[in-house]
Amino acid sequence: MTAVQERAAAAASAPPAVRRRRFKKPTVGAVIVYVAATALAILWLLPLLWALSTSLKAETEASLGQDIHWWPRDWSIEGYRILLERGDHLTWMLNSTIVSTIVTVLTLVLCTLAAYGFSRFDFPAKNIIFGAIIAGLMVPAQALIIPLFDLVNALHMGGTYWGLALPQVVAPVMVFILKRFFDAIPRDYEEAAKLDGAGHLRILWNVILPVSGPIMAAVGIFTFIGSWNNFLWPMLIATDPSMMTLPVGLQAVAGGYGLFYAQTMASAVIGAAPLLIIFLIFQKRIVEGVAGVGLK
Amino acid sequence: MTVKTEAPPVPAAMTRPPQANAKKTSWTGLWFVLPFAAFYALFLVYPTFLGLYYSFTDKSLTGRAASWIGLENWAEAFGDERAWAALKNTAVFTLWSTPILVILAIVFALLVHRARKMGWFLRMAFFAPFVVPVSVVTMVWTWIYQPDGGLLNHYLQLFGIQDASTPQIWLQGENGIAMWSVVITTVWWTLGFNFLLYLAALQTIDPNVYEASSIDGANWWQQLRSITLPLLNRTTAMVITLQLIASLRIFDQMYIMTGGGPNRETEVAIHYIYIAGFEGFRIGYASALSYVLFVLILVVSVFQFRLFSRKED
Repeated sequence: MTAVQERAAAAASAPPAVRRRRFKKPTVGAVIVYVAATALAILWLLPLLWALSTSLKAETEASLGQDIHWWPRDWSIEGYRILLERGDHLTWMLNSTIVSTIVTVLTLVLCTLAAYGFSRFDFPAKNIIFGAIIAGLMVPAQALIIPLFDLVNALHMGGTYWGLALPQVVAPVMVFILKRFFDAIPRDYEEAAKLDGAGHLRILWNVILPVSGPIMAAVGIFTFIGSWNNFLWPMLIATDPSMMTLPVGLQAVAGGYGLFYAQTMASAVIGAAPLLIIFLIFQKRIVEGVAGVGLK
Repeated sequence: MTVKTEAPPVPAAMTRPPQANAKKTSWTGLWFVLPFAAFYALFLVYPTFLGLYYSFTDKSLTGRAASWIGLENWAEAFGDERAWAALKNTAVFTLWSTPILVILAIVFALLVHRARKMGWFLRMAFFAPFVVPVSVVTMVWTWIYQPDGGLLNHYLQLFGIQDASTPQIWLQGENGIAMWSVVITTVWWTLGFNFLLYLAALQTIDPNVYEASSIDGANWWQQLRSITLPLLNRTTAMVITLQLIASLRIFDQMYIMTGGGPNRETEVAIHYIYIAGFEGFRIGYASALSYVLFVLILVVSVFQFRLFSRKED
């Protein structure tokens, strides 16, 4: 059989999508790229897989002094059972969900309103206010922890959901990103809606928001991830275990497991799971979001 | 406070040509901006000035009345060796981690850009750690770094790099070992974000550019050096500034993994502020320290700001 016939035969038996590509022989470079990429990806996943593997072993199998192996010999969900029975992790997860939801919803509402105001209106002192907010891009929240801590306690919000959430809502960068996006939306539709007698809020809701889906999703997802993973602020504010968020709670008990590594890693897996699942579901949006935030 | 200042409504409206009728000066827009501005004034502008005020007082976490002490805190901060050491450690961390976080991100992005058929899996693998909470990252890596029975030492011994009788101590290892351990953990954790920025930038490059140079006989290395990397310049500038700002604020990993040890080798700026304020109860002094860091971050942020604003035109 000649090479051409071989290819034709292969092409005939292959599904259509593959057929086109069969004509391109993989070059040495391409093989190297795929092998290197796969190797690095597996290397990158190893720490998470090692945590998962350890968490599914019996405690005696996982502990120090045992030989290291990846596939559990004696599968066990004992670590998870103990943690879930104790219930702390569920409390912290609930706290994190409440705090992150407050932060995300408020950020989206406040930043969208502000961005729309800056994008579509002229009003007294507009440039001064916008300039002041843009200057806030440069203020690092971590350098403000001390006066913020004092302020939140003075407002009697220490150890409450509001004390945890509200200081995280101030996100000048989101106003900036949304304004830039709104600026690029043509005004024609709004003019039409205005002629129909729609008010400003109705225009925002019916005209602007429907075409802003991806950017709103990106802002929302990043705010949620950022708030969920915030560590220093919740650690200062939530000193009572019942008010701790997941990262703070996990850290508070991390030392307490001692040599119970299966349990420690079960705790880590439970802690990583919620956002990993959200990430897998919204992967496309998140990737587009990074691209949009970084480049547009 | 600047936010609440009402300037006479002259500049914006008057400079605009009259035919730009889409915008009319009115109070309506202010109502849209007001809720955010109020939050902003309360939780960002006010604490910024409050912190500055505290830095001139001997305010304490114990709640006793504070009194004005002028520049005493500032004078002490500039003469505080522990504060300088913390800044130095922050700089060391930044200098060690930033190049890796930039170069590896480019390499990963180039690989994933070429290996399109596996794009989904590769993006997932490289970005997934970024969404994991810091306390999970530190739990897993503390377990990996465990001198006895940890994964890292196990493989180093398996490949004969390390003698089993003298296991390496990582997280309390002296002479930079602890710092490197934290750097490696941080690279694993945060590389995904830079990687995605580069990948997105690569995808905006017109493939025709490469075709033209291929016809001219350029090999992949020449293409990389003379086409790809120059086109990534803007992204690299942004990644480096974001990285510098993030590194100056570093705290979580050190606080949890090394506690600043050994011998304060990994005690960074925010950690020392935390110690001064929340363990030493010296709010006034910690505020002065915060402001030193604040000014440093401000300098870097000016670069970031210029990058962002250049994008507007």
